Amino acid sequence: MPEILQYGFMQRALLAGAIIGTIAPMIGVFLVLRRLSLIADTLSHVALAGVAAGLLLQTYPLAGALVAALVGAVGIERLRTSGRVFGEAALAIFLSGGFAVAVVLISLARGFNVDLFSYLFGAITVVQPRDLWVILVLGLVVFGAVTAFSKELFAITFDEESARVQGVPVDLLNLLLTVLVAVTVVVAMRIVGILLTSALLVIPAVTALRLARSFRTTLVVAVACSLVSVLIGMMVSFYLDIAAGGAIVLTALVLFGAATLARRENPPR
Amino acid sequence: MKAGSATNGYPFVELTDICFSYGDERVLDHVTLQIRSGDFLGIIGPNGSGKTTLLRIMLGLLRPDSGRVQLFGSDLAGFRDWNRFGYVPQKAVAFESRFPASVFEVVLSGRCGRAGLGRRYGTDDRAVSVQALETVGMIEYRDRLIGRLSAGQQQRVFIARALASRPDLLLLDEPTVGVDVEAQEQFYGLLRRLNRDMGTTLVLVSHDIAVIAQEVTQLACLNRSLVFHGSPDEAMRSGAVERMYRAESRLVAHRH
Repeated sequence: MPEILQYGFMQRALLAGAIIGTIAPMIGVFLVLRRLSLIADTLSHVALAGVAAGLLLQTYPLAGALVAALVGAVGIERLRTSGRVFGEAALAIFLSGGFAVAVVLISLARGFNVDLFSYLFGAITVVQPRDLWVILVLGLVVFGAVTAFSKELFAITFDEESARVQGVPVDLLNLLLTVLVAVTVVVAMRIVGILLTSALLVIPAVTALRLARSFRTTLVVAVACSLVSVLIGMMVSFYLDIAAGGAIVLTALVLFGAATLARRENPPR
Repeated sequence: MKAGSATNGYPFVELTDICFSYGDERVLDHVTLQIRSGDFLGIIGPNGSGKTTLLRIMLGLLRPDSGRVQLFGSDLAGFRDWNRFGYVPQKAVAFESRFPASVFEVVLSGRCGRAGLGRRYGTDDRAVSVQALETVGMIEYRDRLIGRLSAGQQQRVFIARALASRPDLLLLDEPTVGVDVEAQEQFYGLLRRLNRDMGTTLVLVSHDIAVIAQEVTQLACLNRSLVFHGSPDEAMRSGAVERMYRAESRLVAHRH
């Protein structure tokens, strides 16, 4: 057995990475096409407030993150559909609001500690058995929901109004998508880190869009790119002892660069 | 000779005394209009005359401020059978040209409502979609990216998507904008076939009076209120069309 697989923490991290690598781009493709890429970043900052609250109250930080992200998801969707603010302004309000709450809570807790640092930047040594269970269950929820509603999500993403005319419950599905983003952010934060989570949703999706010949292949290519990025990034992190999130996102960016070059040589028909 | 010009079909859409405003601006003023099975109705009117608003009210996308909307015999509030409508939106607002979808995936999405929430597309969904693509003559393009087609071809794909839900009534909003003349001729040929041979009831919103008047069996001239509703020949004879557009050009001249 290679060294990397001999450690229990590394086995858990790789399993968690595989789950994250699969679901993040599945959500990301829809976000990018709906021009909602910033939602993931917004919800991760809101989730950070939940983590900070969890650390301060000495409860389970991922639970705090999940609650905060879900509340944020519903709040964003309500503010967006109410039409009282412009679409992106709703995101800006929640992003800065979440971050402000997090900073206040962190200062109450007398500053940064190692634990918080790992939530911000991701780490491969920190996935506890309890974390793995949470990641597995939430990951299955996201995977199941996207698979079950993929045809509706495609229809509202391609042409929301025509979907509405067909009687597809557009508002409900928009809310579902935002909630799934919240869950995905929480699943991804242990490995990739709060500050880089949205990159794992967005970059593989954008890479796949460069190569796409259909929607189905876009999803498949996005998941493949993401899994490759996560696994390579985690190995680099293991052997070079650098932050996992950074290594994963940089690998994803290399794939994006390669796809851009490949497309220039041979544009899809 | 136009088949389906009889107006004694079953009423699909009945709008009674519809008023609608955007803020203080009255867009529809006491409009009463019926669409019956077999009709090929053209709705024409100058820009801002409320054509698209009227269409959106028929589709349940907008609620009128006052008036009664009946769809296939039931009141709007209780109406659930939206798959009896097929909708072909204006191309410009319909989609992003880099969207990674094949022609077949787009057409199949027209089955979304019929297939049922959370269910996967079945073999019959695929068969109906193939048939719809054959009807519009686009079957050989089924694996092409939608964004790589010409505007006229995209328009036919959107019609196929609308047909995939097997609608009784097909509503098209300014479908020939940005489509070249040759493709337009093909397009009207297709509509004629759908209406005469396949018995599909059609509503076509357009500002292209000259062409429309030749194709449709019923003409509604809208300028916030309904100026005229009847056969295209009567519309021309009565001078309703001319008056409506003359009023508009005066208005434009006045503004400039």
